[in-house]
This record gives sequence, C-alpha cells and structure tokens, in this order.
Amino acid sequence: MDGEELTEHETALYDRQIRVWGADAQRRLSKSHILVSGLKGTVIEFCKNIVLAGVGSVTLIDDRLVTEDLLAANFLIPADENVYAGKSLAELCSDSLKDFNPMVRVSVEKGELSSFSVDFFDKFDVVVLSSCSRSTKQSVNEKCRKLLKRVAFYTVDCRDSCGEIFVDLQNYIYSKVK
Amino acid sequence: MASEQQLSAIKGAKVLMVGAGGIGCELLKTLALSGFRDIHIIDMDTIEVSNLNRQFLFRQSHVGQSKAKVARDAVLKFRPHISITSYHANVKDPEFNVDFFKTFNVVLNGLDNLDARRHVNRLCLAAGVPLVESGTTGFLGQVTVHVKGRTECYECQPKPAPKTYPVCTITSTPSKFVHCVVWAKDLLFAKLFGAKDQENDLNVRSSDASSSSEQVEDVFERKNDEDIEQYGRKIFDHVFGYNIELALSNEDTWKNRNRPRPIYCKDVMPNELIRQNGNQAKSSAHGDLSSVSAMPSLGLKNPQDLWSLKENSAVFLEALKLFFSKREKEIGNLSFDKDDQLAVEFVTAAANIRASSFGIPLHSLFEAKGIAGNIVHAVATTNAIIAGLIVIEAIKVLQNDTKNYRMTYCLEHPSRKMLLMPVEPFEPNKSCYVCSETPLTLEINTHRSKLRDLVDKIVKAKLGMNLPLIMHGSALLYEVGDDLEEDEVANYAANLEKVLSDLPSPVVGGTILTIEDLQQELKCSINVKHREEFDEENEPDGMILSGWTQAPAVEKNGATSVDNGASTSGVTEATSLAIEEDDELQIITTQTGKKRKLCDAASSDVSSVPTKIKRKADEVDGNSDVVMLDEGSSENSKKRREP
Repeated sequence: MDGEELTEHETALYDRQIRVWGADAQRRLSKSHILVSGLKGTVIEFCKNIVLAGVGSVTLIDDRLVTEDLLAANFLIPADENVYAGKSLAELCSDSLKDFNPMVRVSVEKGELSSFSVDFFDKFDVVVLSSCSRSTKQSVNEKCRKLLKRVAFYTVDCRDSCGEIFVDLQNYIYSKVK
Repeated sequence: MASEQQLSAIKGAKVLMVGAGGIGCELLKTLALSGFRDIHIIDMDTIEVSNLNRQFLFRQSHVGQSKAKVARDAVLKFRPHISITSYHANVKDPEFNVDFFKTFNVVLNGLDNLDARRHVNRLCLAAGVPLVESGTTGFLGQVTVHVKGRTECYECQPKPAPKTYPVCTITSTPSKFVHCVVWAKDLLFAKLFGAKDQENDLNVRSSDASSSSEQVEDVFERKNDEDIEQYGRKIFDHVFGYNIELALSNEDTWKNRNRPRPIYCKDVMPNELIRQNGNQAKSSAHGDLSSVSAMPSLGLKNPQDLWSLKENSAVFLEALKLFFSKREKEIGNLSFDKDDQLAVEFVTAAANIRASSFGIPLHSLFEAKGIAGNIVHAVATTNAIIAGLIVIEAIKVLQNDTKNYRMTYCLEHPSRKMLLMPVEPFEPNKSCYVCSETPLTLEINTHRSKLRDLVDKIVKAKLGMNLPLIMHGSALLYEVGDDLEEDEVANYAANLEKVLSDLPSPVVGGTILTIEDLQQELKCSINVKHREEFDEENEPDGMILSGWTQAPAVEKNGATSVDNGASTSGVTEATSLAIEEDDELQIITTQTGKKRKLCDAASSDVSSVPTKIKRKADEVDGNSDVVMLDEGSSENSKKRREP
C-alpha cells in the first residue's frame, strides 16, 4: 500500500502477524516486490505464505501447462479441466493467489527466464527460482548481482524428503538482539 | 516417493482433525495433498477478519461462516474426489463419544485451548486411538505423539494453568502493566458495564461512608439524570484519586514499595479541555454500535501510538461518555470483548492512567488490546511447518512405526544450526491420574466448603471433567445429564449448596470420593483430608489437590501464586487472566529424573512457557542422549548417541 501508515484494514487483517514482527516490518513488506519462477511444491507454499504476509507484489513465471504431475502438489489450481485447460501454471496460480489477499498485486510474466535482461530484474527486491537448470540459475544470479540495488536471490528445490535452499543476499547487514 | 506400505496406510486411513483454524487449514491441505481420502473435521468457531492472515482457506466473504464447513469446501476444490466430513460443533458435545472416536485410525489436534485438549486426550485414551497433538505461537511450535500404553498421554506432564495474579496485586499494589490491564478489565470495566450483582473487589465507597460501612453509597451508581460527563469525572476522581489516597493511608503497604500518586481530572485536564472534550464528540450517524469510538474525535489515529496521560484521560472520559450515551441498553450486560473497539479504548485508557499513577510505563492501544484480549501472535509459516510435521508423525502412527515416533519442537532461533528439534517420546507417567488411575489427595475444610466449590474448582477446573459424577462409596452425591428425573435434579441442586460434612453421605477427613466423567471415560479417586485454615493469599481457593508431578511455575516471581504443592494455581475469580486462548503452545519439560532420557544438566530446567524453550535447547546441546537427524538423511534413519 502507498503511504507511510498501514491502513485500518491492513491493521485489522495483519494484526496477528504485526504482533510477531512489528508494524515497521509489515510496512516494508508491503513495499517489496517478489519474482517467482517454477510453480511447484515448495514454491507454491512460498507463494501462499508471502501473499498472506502482505507483500507489495508477486510476479509469476511458469509457462508450463497443467499435467497430472504438476497438479499433485499444487493446491492453487482447481481440479476442473474446464478451468485449467489452455492456461499456463502461472496464470492459474495468479488467479488463486489474488484471491488469497486482494491487497497484493499478482501478475504473470511470460517467456524464458534466461532471456530476460538485467534491467528486468531491477524491478524486484527478491527473486526465487525453482524447476530450472543450474546454468539458468547461475545466469539469473549473475544478472541480479550486476544491479546497483541489492536483489536477494533464492533457489529452492525439493525431491522426495530432501530439500535444498540456496541464498545469496550479497552484502547483508543485520543486528542480533539478545 | 512414499513407500508402497506408506501409501496404502494413507489411502485406507480414517482421520479425525479437531480444529480448523491456523493449524487446521494447513493440516487439511497437507493431508489432502498427501493422499488421505477420508477426513473428518470438527470446529465450533466462525471465521473472523483477523484469521485471514494465515487461515488461507478462508476469504473476506466467508467472515461469520463455519470454519469446518468452509475449509472442507475449499479443499474439495483441488481434491474433489476425497471425502471430507465437517462438523460445526464443540468437540465436547456428547455426540463425539468414545464410540465415535473408535472409528478413527488417528486423531490430529489443532486446538487453541487446554480444556478441549484434555478432553480429547481422555477420549483418545478411552478409545485406544493414537493422538497427535500440536500448538504454535509466533515462530514457536511443537508436535507430540501420544499412544496409550506406549508413550505419555497429553496429561502425563501437567500443563501450567492460565496465569493469574493475587487479588491484592491487582487492587492495591500493581507493579506491571498487565496488573493494570486486569484491573481495568476485570474490575473497573466489569463494575461499570457488567452485571450489577457480581462480586467485585473494586473499592466502591464514596468518601461519605463511615469506616463502619453503615452508609455505603455506591459511587458507581449513576443517578437517573446525572450528567454523563459529570458522572465520568466523578468516577475518574474516585478510582484514580480517592482510592489511591485511601491506599496511601495504609503506611505498611508502602514501606518497601514506590508510592502511587493520586490523579484527579482537574490536574490532568484543565477546564477548557474538559469542555472541548464534550463539544468535539462526533456522533456515529450510522447507528452501528460496533463502530462507536472515542479515538477519532480526539484526533488519535494510530493504535500503535503511545498516548500521554492527558490523552489517556480524554479517551477514558470520552469512551465512558459514549458507552452511556450511545450504548446505554448494553450497560449491565457487557463483558469485555477484544473486538469491541470502544471497550478496548476504555480499558487501555484506564490501565494507562493507573499505570501512570504507579510509575509503570504506559502502553499503546495495540499492546493493551493484546494483553486484555489474550491475543496470541501468529504467522502462516509456523503453522505450515507444524502441519507438515503432524502428517509425518501421523503416517508413522498409521504404520505402527513406534520406534520412530518423535516429539518435534520448532524453535525460533537455530540451536546447533537446527531449527527443528526431535526428541523421543517418554513412557507413560505411572502416577498420571488420567492414564494410570492414581488416587489424588484433596485438602479442604469439610465444614466450610460446599459441594459446589468442589465441583467448580476441582472437578471442572483442575480435573477438566465435562459431565462429572461424584460418588461416595455407593452414594451418588452429584451428577449431570439429560436423562435425570426432576427429583434427582432437585436433590443434586440441594447437595451443591451443602457443606461437605452435611451431605446425605457426609464427606469428612478420610473419605474417599470417586469422581467420573462417563463421556471421557475417566475415573478418579480422591482421598479427602480435612484442614482448618488456608492462606488467603496463596491458597485463595481454600482447597489443595495433590498427587501428581508438580506443574512447573509459570513465572518465577513471588507475586504469582503458582508455587504451592501440586495445585496448579490459586485462582481468584475476579482476576484470572488466561494466556492460552488462541493457538496455544504448551512446551513442558518437567523433569522427573529417572524417566527423563535427557541428561541432568537439563533436568533442573523446569520451563513451561515458549520463551524458555530456547534456554532448554541450549542446555540440551551438550547432551549426548538426544536423538538427532543426520544431515542429508531421510527422516527414517537416525543416530542415537550412547550416553
């Protein structure tokens, strides 16, 4: 939301989590922009959580069409062929996520991840990648690191009961309160 | 992928979920995605706006509807072919009896209160069905497994009772802001807006009353056409001014304490402001009572702001005025509701003025609301993690994979680089009165205490029984039920009002009472011991129940009354302030030495509140007996280091 203060509706909706991380963190969340690519499993969970948290915007990339396998761990897609036929994963997830929290701007970006320029990534504060090759991950990571502003970079992958998260926050300063 | 064995156990399982809230929504989703096909879900609540930040199966448009029903509909959208049966009901209802529980392979709790958890625990024990318990608060969470005969039941380690404070701390010597909130909510608000005939510890006498209380004029009685603003100022001066002066007159109280200062209207709000206060009040044109609020007319917008003493006083007077002018019909019937904006404003202001008087730091409306409303902070992610762990344990339970059952604690900060701490479950506590029928002892004055006191304070509150039956030998002293004859009901009603030694079958020192709850299938023996005197401060109930492992003290502070014997606390009706309403977390690490597998270093740490689990985790680090998951291994392989 624009402006410095949280609106009354935001305060009511986010009350319980503001009590966890404070109003300042909530405000900063509401101004953040996230890019997510590879909509399956863990990443779907992430999208749910970050949208519920009240982030500023989420941009989804995944041109894949629905398959049985992709439906398996995706609770964002209605199991109705009439609804999902012809639409990409990103479009379907976008529709659902908008519903979860109307205050978050959810949008879809089409195209190959590796084809986007450095400038494209400048629009985001956080990039989360999954279901793509290592070379794609490396190339995106390099582009993010070329930008003046710090873009946080994450990759997520999950197989069976093993999971991996890679984090690159570049120069990251934080303080620990005892 | 899950093994064939796991898949078939999942497919054939009939699962009961109790609770469709924070944990419930995540759990139902995860169960459905994991292949479960027959799920039953009970929840008595309806959806509220503050739920929507984490209970993702619900939408704004669902506010007011049944959580169980809406959750079911939402999940069927992405798993249309599974069976989900929803019950918009209280799990304590008689329809959910032992036979009902027996039809399930496992029960999964996502509850928010101790009372219901104990009830479900007992039903699961009676039905012989495994129970997976859980709880979350903010970033903390835990999942525990309870299988009759093999592990502790949920009540083997007593859970701390809701936090309470001694009466005098609330009425005379507050030292923390929470004391002021309890005063403002349970005394002042109750006195002004609640039922007239309720007992109340607030000093209500006016300065005209003589000390022998022959002429007690109740200041709080508003005369018929007494000007509302004048009434408000009178109340203000009485509770913040006169009552404080009265307290100050007792020198002893203040020998070792900071003296409070009396606060009067005229000191805080010079006359112009008082008049302005009246003029600026904006009336709520919509007639929507719930939107009546004192803050706007005073220019106060942000609930996170700290108000000055002056602003607090203005809010106090304005809120009081609005109650009497806009919501007069409700006065005499109101109880504090955290979603009642005006009530929250009033309590915040009153608590702050009192705090100011006693030199206690003031708090914002946001903070005060959290304390007064027992709000538990919550985020979606912890619930999601816990839900995942619940399903993992449930699958183990379905396969009877006993050796691999784990109690898992989700920490706020990593301990030894681990955020999840799995621990092996313990054996049942041999002196647990719930799962091993150990007799308890009750010290009580059998000539003074009535049966009613026993029923309310012990049988219902401490023993957690819902529909109790009390027998002395073969004599039925008391029971509840729909199928009772009129004369039986009358007989029991009469018994309630008798002192124990006057009952048809007299209860005196040496008597053994049998107390049962047929629905919970719990039976308990109590050995009665007569005792003449009880300490009003530390034993305000006038009775002490003992016989199980001492519940850990909730706060290591002389002001609390949680240190006597095994009685979990001295509860003062007017001043109890429960901390376990929503998504409550109970982490108990009571140490009983021999059965506890962790080392001695940890055994002295009796922690029972979430904030202390961090300390415990640090101590556990040095212990060689903790089961740890190897990095990179699947959940089924573990190393248990030898002591």
